[in-house]
Amino acid sequence: MTRKKKGTEELRIGAVLVGVIVLLAVIGTFWTPYGINEMSARDKLAAPSLLHLFGTDNMGRDVFSRAIVGGRFTLLVAVSTVAGCTAISLVLGLLAGYAGGIVDEVIMRIIDAVNSFPGILIALVIVSILPKGSYTIIPALCIMFVPSFTRIVRTGTLQYKNAGFVRSARVFGDSDLRILLIHIFPNIMPLLLSTIVVGLSNAILAESSMSYLGLGIQPPTPSWGRMLYEAQSYIFNAPWCALAPGFMIVLTIVGFNCLGEGLRKRYLT
Amino acid sequence: MRYILKKTAILILTMFLISGFTFLAFHIIPGDPAQLILGTSASPEQLEALRHQLGTDLPLYRQYIQWITGFLHGDFGTSIRYSMPVASLLQGHLAPTLILGAMVIAATLLLGIPLGILGAHKRDSLCGHILSLLDMIGISFPEFFLSILLMWIFGLILHLFTPGQYVDYGSDPAGFFRFMIFPAAAIAIPQTAILAKYVRTAVIEELGKDYVRTAKGKGSTMQGILYSHVLKNAIVSIVPLIGMMIGSIFSGSIIIEQVFGIPGVGRLLISSVSGRDFPLTETIVMYIALIIVLTNFAVDIVIQWIDPRIRLNG
Repeated sequence: MTRKKKGTEELRIGAVLVGVIVLLAVIGTFWTPYGINEMSARDKLAAPSLLHLFGTDNMGRDVFSRAIVGGRFTLLVAVSTVAGCTAISLVLGLLAGYAGGIVDEVIMRIIDAVNSFPGILIALVIVSILPKGSYTIIPALCIMFVPSFTRIVRTGTLQYKNAGFVRSARVFGDSDLRILLIHIFPNIMPLLLSTIVVGLSNAILAESSMSYLGLGIQPPTPSWGRMLYEAQSYIFNAPWCALAPGFMIVLTIVGFNCLGEGLRKRYLT
Repeated sequence: MRYILKKTAILILTMFLISGFTFLAFHIIPGDPAQLILGTSASPEQLEALRHQLGTDLPLYRQYIQWITGFLHGDFGTSIRYSMPVASLLQGHLAPTLILGAMVIAATLLLGIPLGILGAHKRDSLCGHILSLLDMIGISFPEFFLSILLMWIFGLILHLFTPGQYVDYGSDPAGFFRFMIFPAAAIAIPQTAILAKYVRTAVIEELGKDYVRTAKGKGSTMQGILYSHVLKNAIVSIVPLIGMMIGSIFSGSIIIEQVFGIPGVGRLLISSVSGRDFPLTETIVMYIALIIVLTNFAVDIVIQWIDPRIRLNG
């Protein structure tokens, strides 16, 4: 009797959802049914139809076109955020875990202090002190996620620091850097990978919250959060304007969460 | 006692770091405030005079000491945008946020803990299904989308309240609470889901332990075991989560106040960030961080009082 590998179900659902969203975003880069800022006075607040898949908004702009382009920016911000955050956290986490002692204590105290601010507050502080611009949001979200990532990397490093193969590598005279890169890093990869995937879903959530508040990507570039904000005032007449970006966010988050959960089940249990 | 001393030392260190970060963020990175106020056309003499007046010509550590002493005495500076003291501005916005927070905490605890216990007790019942639905909504629906949906369904379709029309507590207490139920629900639903899931896991884990088997062997009923043994032990792992939830509730409040148009601290914070009103942002940020650190300190103390094992090991 063959048993299905653990987490296959979640991985499949996650891959399909994320695949569709990414595909739409890629298509949106080259082609959209209508221009994202193309207005049509005749078709204001038109209900979804074959002409306008998700209807139109109060300026007669096609919601479907805006939703797929909005997704592209949200994904772009999320990926850059998580990439930057992973790089910083790897350095801090490996250092804290491997060096131990005073270095560990200093890094972790600072991380704890940053962590006592709620995430969105950190992002707000960074956005308010950096020069205004569409991409200020990336460093802001990046710093918001560094504490949790660093903790995870550090825990993973501690787990392997005194493992048999690391000690024997040390006996054979491997340098600390070599031990970290060749022996410890590959072992924390599975842990890091599922953290990254879940981190992407959190970054998407945070990005859409910030752009809802008007502190993310600046109009007229569409973003899911901002579209929801604009749709809020005429939701009674045109609920599709809010439901389309809203459910795009929800499906993307569900997709990444499923992927993360599947990876965790397959490689970490 | 040693445990409390150690925790207090960490508390003081954390508060010092938080104030340091905030000071650094708002006083150093944005550049010269005198330049910001006077603009580029100001003469060097004017700049020098204003710098002296603002105290920014002093060395950094003196500025920090001055700032932190002011803060501790309740002098938070003057808001640039509203040109009035930050302290009185804050006072006017505190009540809605605190009441909203209290409603959320009450709802979350009253629903989350029983749902979690029920979920563990009757794993495959209706309750279990409600939980997994809640859980999915809690994890994947952004709070602002959830509130827009609540506003649409309960406000515009069912007419239970008027969206966007905040009712002041002073003028109509009943109307105020009727309005606040919906923003509170928007924050409480995801939080309840997280708490219930956590409680469920903690209780199930306890149920698998040896002492439960012994009690069963002695002939105790499942109910008896649950209430007299399991909950006592599970509570130790649940209390720290409640400390952490305070932070999420504040974050939720910042966004939800914006959605529902509640004139609270969160709304003040967002308007200060978009208007670059540094003294105001800085004070609110410090305030929230301090409340969170203090709550977590209180949680640590309560925990070691409930479970002395922590005191001995930590």
